[in-house]
Amino acid sequence: MKRVYVREEYCAGCGLCQVHCITAHSEYKGDIIKAYKKSFPRPLARVIVEEKRPLSFSLQCRHCEEAECVKACITGAMQKDPATGIVINDTARCIGCWTCVLVCPYGAVRRDETLHKVAVKCDMCAEAGGVPLCVENCPNGALEYREER
Amino acid sequence: MSLKSYVTPSFLIERNKERCIKCKVCVQQCANEVHRYDEEDDEIISEEHQCVNCQRCVTLCPTGALTIRKNPNELRQNSNWTAEAVRAIYIQAETGGILLTGMGNDRPYPVYWDNILLNASQVTNPSIDPLREPMELKTHLGRKPDSLSIKEGKLQKKLPPQLELELPIMFSAMSFGSISLNAIKSLAEAAKQEGTYFNTGEGGLHRDLYQYGENTIVQVASGRFGVHADYLQAGAAIEIKIGQGAKPGIGGHLPGEKVEREVSETRMIPEGTDAISPAPHHDIYSIEDLRQLIYSLKEATNYEKPVSVKIAAVHNVAAIASGIARAGADIIAIDGYRGGTGAAPLRIRDNVGIPIEFALAAVDTRLRQEAIRNQVSLVVGGSIRNSADIVKAIALGADAVYIASSALLALGCHMCQKCYTGKCNWGIATQDPQLAKRLNPELGAQRARNLLRAWKHEIQEMLGGMGINAIESLRGNRLMLRGIGLTEKELQILGIKNAGE
Repeated sequence: MKRVYVREEYCAGCGLCQVHCITAHSEYKGDIIKAYKKSFPRPLARVIVEEKRPLSFSLQCRHCEEAECVKACITGAMQKDPATGIVINDTARCIGCWTCVLVCPYGAVRRDETLHKVAVKCDMCAEAGGVPLCVENCPNGALEYREER
Repeated sequence: MSLKSYVTPSFLIERNKERCIKCKVCVQQCANEVHRYDEEDDEIISEEHQCVNCQRCVTLCPTGALTIRKNPNELRQNSNWTAEAVRAIYIQAETGGILLTGMGNDRPYPVYWDNILLNASQVTNPSIDPLREPMELKTHLGRKPDSLSIKEGKLQKKLPPQLELELPIMFSAMSFGSISLNAIKSLAEAAKQEGTYFNTGEGGLHRDLYQYGENTIVQVASGRFGVHADYLQAGAAIEIKIGQGAKPGIGGHLPGEKVEREVSETRMIPEGTDAISPAPHHDIYSIEDLRQLIYSLKEATNYEKPVSVKIAAVHNVAAIASGIARAGADIIAIDGYRGGTGAAPLRIRDNVGIPIEFALAAVDTRLRQEAIRNQVSLVVGGSIRNSADIVKAIALGADAVYIASSALLALGCHMCQKCYTGKCNWGIATQDPQLAKRLNPELGAQRARNLLRAWKHEIQEMLGGMGINAIESLRGNRLMLRGIGLTEKELQILGIKNAGE
């Protein structure tokens, strides 16, 4: 399956991937200003920018073949789509027990406690389809959406 | 006691609060630490003193919330003591040092390219459509024999070594040190793909760049940084750098801040030391000495590579070029007073040298008069801004042009003129790994390549318009040029007629 791969040697650490991720997961898709100023609660970025200068890279769910989070989920909210391979958390079923957070080997699941507790993670912008917005908006080609090599 | 700075900020940063989403991209990206986030007030604060107007924050701001303007704060109006003149004195009163700058001369001297117009065919001779008919831009640089003897369709004598260019544009000398390895990789790859050359400058050749040898001109400058046998063998041609348009009369300057490990290894100098090239080559004190160095380099490379000599355009450039041709150079590169630099004393950059347009016309005329024009190819640089400048340069007598500032602009340079600080926010004129990684050489190569391709198309269109189907037919064809708004003397030096004549 196609995944997002990082080329940390070209990551400028600007955080634009997060800005576009937040916008893509808000109710104001495509409008950054409204997404930031009007959406409440403002969604958490599904990508995390890890930084220890000069090293930096953007990290998001690896959508593992054998996803630990899916196995560990106690409610069945975390599911791997058998067709696309994308791991998606059904927030309606998620109870915020953080078991997925605990077992994720990449630290790619975040805790969203703004309303009710819920785990959030990269959904590969599956709803919109196409290239994930973090990849599309990286100004330096530091993110790639491709098959594994 | 420390001196309080009297220098006020040059720029004003306007942040549109209705647009700013406090995403901190500007904070992350400014190497001059202009923007900072105040957690207590949940505000981003911009302190303009350090702002150099490189436009990095403006370009990356996802909501277009930032505008940088000239600081409207003004001193009392004075046409003699301009704000710039006063500011320079404040800085020197604080530092006691030479004023440094980067990029090319920014003074409002006339740009002669803009006073030259091109011809086009109408009725009496047909213009050519380059999309439908062949159009040749191939260019050979190097010494051409006085005559050819051909027997049974074969050349009887071997031609002197030539550089073959698919288009008459090369990337001018920029050293590893002055610019990042990623910037050089971008240009090297673009040169390879488009069939032209990049130039190492005096920074030596980084080990990652040996693979581009066939598209490399290796430079030998007065500091001899990074020059060794493999280096000379690696390139397609060797260039002796005598002078540079931005700083004629002095050698290269690379501040120690930019000499990190890779640069120090490539240049073969200690880490962190200033790399100040001597003003002259200490083995060249006469034209005879230059001949000796040219032939030493030819001998060292088995007479297989053309040798170029690069000089700055100065007052007696025609006589100097004649001497260089007679000294055995295959190519003469002339750099006009608008040529760029990574670091130069401001007063030298802005006041020394002459326009490339005059230098080119004078040299071409002189070499023709002396009947030695065929012995050398002429390459000119020093602010070639677009394809029309190139067409005009070739019609004035150039064989090809060198571009550097335009190439860096293609990579993202925004001409803030702070290359010498090593804090280039665009990852170009820096060796800071955090900054250099901002230039992805794959994207850089694509941009540089696009620029070459775009200019190639434009040159073809202009040639076609003139009814010319090969760049060779334009070379030195000054009848294709007309002057506008020039004096009699200027027209005479340029060797062109006035519009309407």
